[in-house]
Amino acid sequence: MTLEEKQQEIIQDFAIFDDWMEKYEYIIELGKELPIIQADKKTEDRLIIGCQSQVWLDSSLENGKMQFYADSDAIITKGIIGLLIRVLNNETPEDIAKVDLHFIREIGLQEHLSITRSNGLVSMIKKIKMSALMAV
Amino acid sequence: MIQGNKKKFNVREIREQFPALRQLIYGKNLIYFDNGATSQKPQMVLDAINLYYSKDNANIHRGVHYMSQQATNGYEDSRRTIQNYLNAEKSEEIIFTKGTTDGINLVAFSYGQLLSAGDEILITAMEHHSNIVPWQMLCERKGCVLKVAPINKKGELIMEAFDALLSKKTKLVAVTHISNALGTINPVKELAKKAHAVGAKILVDGAQSIQHTKIDVQDMNCDFFVFSSHKVFGPTGVGVLYGKEALLEKMPPYQGGGDMILKVTFERTTYNELPYKFEAGTPHIAGVICLAKAIEFLSSYDMEAIQKHEIELAEYAQDMLTTFEGVHIIGEAKKKTSVVSFTVDGLHPFDIGTLLDKQGIAVRTGHHCTQPLMDFYKIPGTIRASFAFYNTKEEIDFFISAVEKSINMLR
Ligand SMILES: Cc1ncc(COP(=O)(O)O)c(C=O)c1O
Repeated sequence: MTLEEKQQEIIQDFAIFDDWMEKYEYIIELGKELPIIQADKKTEDRLIIGCQSQVWLDSSLENGKMQFYADSDAIITKGIIGLLIRVLNNETPEDIAKVDLHFIREIGLQEHLSITRSNGLVSMIKKIKMSALMAV
Repeated sequence: MIQGNKKKFNVREIREQFPALRQLIYGKNLIYFDNGATSQKPQMVLDAINLYYSKDNANIHRGVHYMSQQATNGYEDSRRTIQNYLNAEKSEEIIFTKGTTDGINLVAFSYGQLLSAGDEILITAMEHHSNIVPWQMLCERKGCVLKVAPINKKGELIMEAFDALLSKKTKLVAVTHISNALGTINPVKELAKKAHAVGAKILVDGAQSIQHTKIDVQDMNCDFFVFSSHKVFGPTGVGVLYGKEALLEKMPPYQGGGDMILKVTFERTTYNELPYKFEAGTPHIAGVICLAKAIEFLSSYDMEAIQKHEIELAEYAQDMLTTFEGVHIIGEAKKKTSVVSFTVDGLHPFDIGTLLDKQGIAVRTGHHCTQPLMDFYKIPGTIRASFAFYNTKEEIDFFISAVEKSINMLR
């Protein structure tokens, strides 16, 4: 599946919800399912401090494709991270560096990327892009 | 105006006057429980803002023309309204600022100029960042020393520890009247007495008390009292610093510019008298005038009736919340206002806040600009519901079921 196809798939998944609470129920379930990052990997240099919640991010390059591992102390943040990772894992650094993650807007979660939320997601996406650029 | 008969307390009638409360958020009726952060504005204040800009708008203290006179009168009338409301001895003791933070910075700079290395500033462990950082900056500038009086787990100041930290070296005690994160009411009158006994001055941060209690600066006998208009149903961007005249006289100006001068030459400038000495530049004229409207609005109700209503709300909310497993109330002082801060075991405040938001409920989550206080409790933050006199018991019922729903979703 291409990056764009993965985004479209998520947009379709979300199209069935007509209520905010249902959407969040789904995100929370995703957050609960996401494999947590190992405790010894939760180091300062992997920590992205947000005003409200914190995010840990680790990445690696395997056979030219990027792998991300992330975690958060807030489950909704974690669920959204899960969506981001679903889209970005196994993609090349080139594709990641230039992708527009428009699905976030289209499923109505853009508020989580606004500065008022300052939950570390914006910084996380920046960091993902940076690590992709550095791997190019 | 302020005197005369008070209106009977009727929450329906009060709500009617706040248009912002009548709106749908994500299709749900708004429940606004973030009054600690800022308050909504009554129609009377909104009308006054509109009227000011549609009719009286002019610069003050400098024009001979009619409109400038009108604006100046409005501005100076507001000073007297605030003076009366705080029971200050003189209107010159009322300085208009941008808000609480600005007022504290003014004192930290100007009163700070009178201090020297080794002088001590005493604050408490429950202060807002606004009442911490300006003092740290003063300490860096002047070599003063910042002391912090500890609190107990209930969120009350430990009086013996406060006494032990207070000494002849203490030049200023800077303390919040009411904690924004915990709701604790500090015994400021008693603290003022203690401060004065060692020759120190006292600044009271009234950001959270002005809207919930009757303030009498002479009875409290504080040297400085600061508050923000936006927390007391007035516009943002304006606030008040009350200071005792003799002290303000001794302090050098904070900022230089227009209005604060008597005569300027390139060799030497002489400063204007109080209160203008501390009001450099064109102030927030509309804000000042409309703040007085907000104060008039608030004082048309009996403060005791307001308090009774607010405390009932807080106690009811607290009782209902503690029926849920794993809920902990943060801040259980004996004397407390209408703030209910809580945590839920295993759940992040951000998650609960997000789900409440989607149910139309506005609360604050996080550290509430009191990080050292959160460190004391070893928590990243709390969920805080803070009530105003326009909130209702029905809203709390809805809030409680929304909290329950959120907890169930997250567990
Ligand atoms: C106790 C306390 N002090 C100071 C402030 C700062 O007020 P402002 O941001 O209006 O200057 C606040 C506002 O949250 C507060 O609650």
